[in-house]
Amino acid sequence: MSDANADADARLVRRLAGDIDRAFEELVRSHQDRLYSGIRRLVGNPELAADLSQDTFIRAYRALCSYSPSRVRQLKLRGWLWSIALNVVRSNARSQSRRPRQSQLLAEKIADTSSQPETRALNSADEKWWRDELTRLPTRQRTAIVLRYVGELSYAEIAAATKRPVGSVKSDVHRGLAVLTSQLKGKIH
Amino acid sequence: MRTLGPIDESIVRILENFSGPAPDALLPEVLLGAGVADGYHEYDSPIGTVFVAHNPHGVSTVALLENSKAFEARFSERFGRSIFPARTPPRVLDSQIRSALSVGAISHLPVDLRGLSDFAVAVLRKTSQIPTGEVRPYSWVASEIGRPQAQRAVGSVLASNPLPLLIPCHRVVRSDGRIGEYLFGAERKRQLLAGENVNVEDLEANAVAGRRYLGSANTHIFCHPTCRNARRITPTCQRWFVATSKAIDAGFRPCKVCRPHAA
Repeated sequence: MSDANADADARLVRRLAGDIDRAFEELVRSHQDRLYSGIRRLVGNPELAADLSQDTFIRAYRALCSYSPSRVRQLKLRGWLWSIALNVVRSNARSQSRRPRQSQLLAEKIADTSSQPETRALNSADEKWWRDELTRLPTRQRTAIVLRYVGELSYAEIAAATKRPVGSVKSDVHRGLAVLTSQLKGKIH
Repeated sequence: MRTLGPIDESIVRILENFSGPAPDALLPEVLLGAGVADGYHEYDSPIGTVFVAHNPHGVSTVALLENSKAFEARFSERFGRSIFPARTPPRVLDSQIRSALSVGAISHLPVDLRGLSDFAVAVLRKTSQIPTGEVRPYSWVASEIGRPQAQRAVGSVLASNPLPLLIPCHRVVRSDGRIGEYLFGAERKRQLLAGENVNVEDLEANAVAGRRYLGSANTHIFCHPTCRNARRITPTCQRWFVATSKAIDAGFRPCKVCRPHAA
C-alpha cells in the first residue's frame, strides 16, 4: 500500500477518534471499493459480497463506538477492517454450510453495477477462468493474494488481518502466484 | 524466496484489474444501518405531501416536497450528515409520524434535536405544548421559558424550526395578535390554523381592534382568545382587554390553563 494511502488512513483514524459519526462515512467511501472487490473475489458472488461488505462496515462501526479514542487513534485501519471482513466471510461460510443465506438485501440494485469497467478489461471467459483458478487455490493463498492485489494491503497489513506471521503471508502470496503462473502456462500451451 | 517474473507481473496486473467500484447501494445501506445517516420518506400532511427524515435518535426534520436531490443537499448542508431515501418506512415510527402530522403534536414521537442550543430546544418544547386549534404570541413562549425579553430570538428559532407541523410553530402568532410569518409562508399558516378551526379573520380583526385577551364577567378569569376556556364564555359575559395589566386592574386573574403573561 502506498504512503499516500497510509497518510490518508492516519488522518482518518484521527478524525474517527474525534467524531465517529461524522468520519465514518469517509471511512466507508474510501474503503468500500477495495473491500467489496476483495470480498467478491473471496466469495465469488456479487450479491453476497455486497451483503458481507455491509456486515463488515456495520460491525466496524459498532466496534469503533465501543473503543476509547486512544484505542481508535492507534488502529491500523486497513488491516483491522480486513480482519473483521475475514471473520464475516468465515462465519458466512459456516452458516452457509447449514442453510443458504438470504441475500436479497442488495440484490435488486446489484445487477446494474456488477458488470462495470473492472471486468471489461477481461472478457467474461477469461474472467471465469481466473475466478475458478483463484477458487482452486488453498484458502490461505487465495486470501493472501486477494488482500495483496485486490485489497492493496501491505504484507504487514495482511499479517495483521489474518493473524499470521509476515513471512508466512509472503510465502502464501508467492506460492499462490507460482500456482497461477503454471496454470496460465498450461492454459497457453 | 523467488522473485516476480514477467508472467507473475502480468498476473498481478490482471488481479489488480479485479478491483472495481462497490455497488451504489452499499454506502446508503451501511450508513442507514449504522444510523449515522438519516433516511427519509414521503408522508401526507394537512398542507400536502412532505418529506420526513429520521434516524435512530428520532425524527430529524420535516420539509415540503421538492426535488429530492435538492432536499438531500440542503439537509446535508444544514445537519452535516448524509440522507438517503429509506427503502421502507421506519418500522416503529411510521404510525406515530402519521398521527403526529395529522394532529400537529409530537406527543410520544421521539425527535432528534441534537445540535440545537438549550434556548432553541426550550422554545421548541414549549411550542409543542400549544394545543391544536389554539394560538399563543411569541412573547408568551418567551415568558414561559423564563426569557421574557427574548421574543425576537423566539421568532428566529421558530423560523428555522426543523420540525414544522410536528412542532406547531404555526400556532405562534405576533404579539399584537396578527397571524405573522411562517417558514412555509404566511398563506400556509392561515390554511393550517383554519384547518384546526381557528377563525383567523376574527382573530386578526379583534387584534386590530385591541381585543387581545378575553375575560369572563362571571368568573373574573381572562384567557388568550383561543384558549379552550375562553371559547366557553357566553357572549354576554365576554370582557375584552388590550393588555394583561388592564385585565388585572379590572380585578381579573390569568387563566391557569393558557397562562397569559404581561407582554
